[in-house]
Amino acid sequence: MDDISIKNNKKHSKNKKNTDLLIVNNIEVVYNHVILVLKGVSLNVRKGGITTLLGGNGAGKTTTLKSISNLLASERGEVTKGSISFENIDVHALDPSQLVKLGVIQVMEGRHCFEHLTVEENLLTGAYTRKNNKEVKYDLERVYNYFPRLKDRRTSQAGYTSGGEQQMVAIGRALMANPRMILLDEPSMGLAPQLVKQIFEIVSQINKQEGVTILLAEQNTNMALQYAEYAYILENGRVVMEGSAKSMRDNEDVKEFYLGISGKGRQSYRDFKQYRRRKRWL
Amino acid sequence: MSVELLNFIETVLNGLMSGIMYSLVALGFVLIFKASGVFNFAQGVFALFAALTLVGFQTGQVPFSHLINELFGTKLHHWYPEIHSFLAIIFTIITMIVLAWIIERLVLKHLVNQEPIILFMATIGLAFVLEGIGDLMWGSDVKVLDVGIPSGGSEWLENATIGLAAEGSEYYGMYIDVLNVWATVIAVILVTALALFSQYTKTGRALRAVADDHQAALSVGISLRTIWVFVWAMSGFIAMVAGIMWGTESGVQFSLSLIALKALPVLILGGFTSIPGAIIGGLLIGVGEKLAEIYIGGLFDIGAIENWFAYFMALVFLLFRPQGLFGEKIIERV
Repeated sequence: MDDISIKNNKKHSKNKKNTDLLIVNNIEVVYNHVILVLKGVSLNVRKGGITTLLGGNGAGKTTTLKSISNLLASERGEVTKGSISFENIDVHALDPSQLVKLGVIQVMEGRHCFEHLTVEENLLTGAYTRKNNKEVKYDLERVYNYFPRLKDRRTSQAGYTSGGEQQMVAIGRALMANPRMILLDEPSMGLAPQLVKQIFEIVSQINKQEGVTILLAEQNTNMALQYAEYAYILENGRVVMEGSAKSMRDNEDVKEFYLGISGKGRQSYRDFKQYRRRKRWL
Repeated sequence: MSVELLNFIETVLNGLMSGIMYSLVALGFVLIFKASGVFNFAQGVFALFAALTLVGFQTGQVPFSHLINELFGTKLHHWYPEIHSFLAIIFTIITMIVLAWIIERLVLKHLVNQEPIILFMATIGLAFVLEGIGDLMWGSDVKVLDVGIPSGGSEWLENATIGLAAEGSEYYGMYIDVLNVWATVIAVILVTALALFSQYTKTGRALRAVADDHQAALSVGISLRTIWVFVWAMSGFIAMVAGIMWGTESGVQFSLSLIALKALPVLILGGFTSIPGAIIGGLLIGVGEKLAEIYIGGLFDIGAIENWFAYFMALVFLLFRPQGLFGEKIIERV
């Protein structure tokens, strides 16, 4: 565990401060005034890069993203401690539409297309906060360039398109807001491996060509680590590990717990459970 | 043409016209239901309130005059003798927009993401509060509303149709209320405008987006609160139109709020989520009622079928096509 700092975010943030677009500092999130979901999460997202949040079900990935984009309020959740800043602006108190104007947009888990709107109308809703129609038109073409398949299906109702197409619509819709940062929540959910790869390729292209910073929450650790440059692992509402994607890929624990490969060959399940208990981070 | 056929045509025409009046009320329901998933029980009271306010402005009544007089011993009743109805309508529209804004502030804002039944209960409460405020503001006497829309039978139609019947038969021409013709024209304009608006403008698109998925709409930067104020103001406007029509026909009185109950079967027939559905549903109910009254009623020699036939039709529809004729089919994919 040489190059991985565990619970050592402070040191990291000092080194990288200048290039960090988004800084989440020790936030705590409570739902319904009682359920503590995040117990002090800190992250730094480098400008222009892909940073990924990994972790199992219920680890707090979605909650982290929603507390950044401030969609928590409508689910009766709130950030009770800590701070979130985007380009040194405190975004804690902004509502989602102000954040979208600022350049932060979330692509929600499970796609959430507007089912009864056509594909093109869906994309256009992404530009709701923008005024310049010419630019919007130009951007629509740009989105169609990334997703040629959407151009073919532009007039069909989004509810009747396939899961992959809906994911494309969701990502394209976010692009239409001309964002500087996309919070991408589990784009691989429910998609065939081939499609997952395709989506990830496009996301990485968008990141490189448009310079859009991406914070990606994923359960598909293998894929996420291939495309991201930096990763955080969340468990039970805490960041338990962080490091560059490469170092994560080589880390024995990550391999074992999240990638399902172990250097020691086949193990008995009994041993494995023992090992896991010993290696608990919390 | 035989007299029977002419009578039938007259009945259908009259049914269509009164159906349009139901549709006007139903439209307001559909708008709010689509955008916020709320069945706005207060829609009828909205119409009443709008009509009361309109008469109040028109005749220059001082709002809350009874209350003020009672408290301070003054003798206020009118600001000014009378103003042009057009001006009064503008003021009423402004009042309805302010009302929508207040409702969003006081009620809806606090109920985001709550169960539909909770929102429904809130609108029932709203209906009673608003009825009370209307009473307090403008008094509870029956008022005459006249904004210059002509009413009464159409002589032109009577004269034009009197010659259609066969020679020698006793036929005096068709009777149609001109007010209903106006209501039809206004409803057609209103619906066309609404359809164009929601199809081709950015705000219209946002409205439909909100109707589909609140959370996703929030995530792309659509402000739910602005949209809600907008929708409630718009259905306030439609309530005003309905209030004007019904008020002109039968006077502005508190039973006007009960037209909401007439809109219910219309909605069940047409589907809660469809604007064309509200229109077609209203027409079907209107025609159905009139035909039932005359032909079924005539057959069995019973009266007042008109009063319950709409609910009977609604019941049949609920049994066989619960989403209504034009209700949105639920799109579901896994």
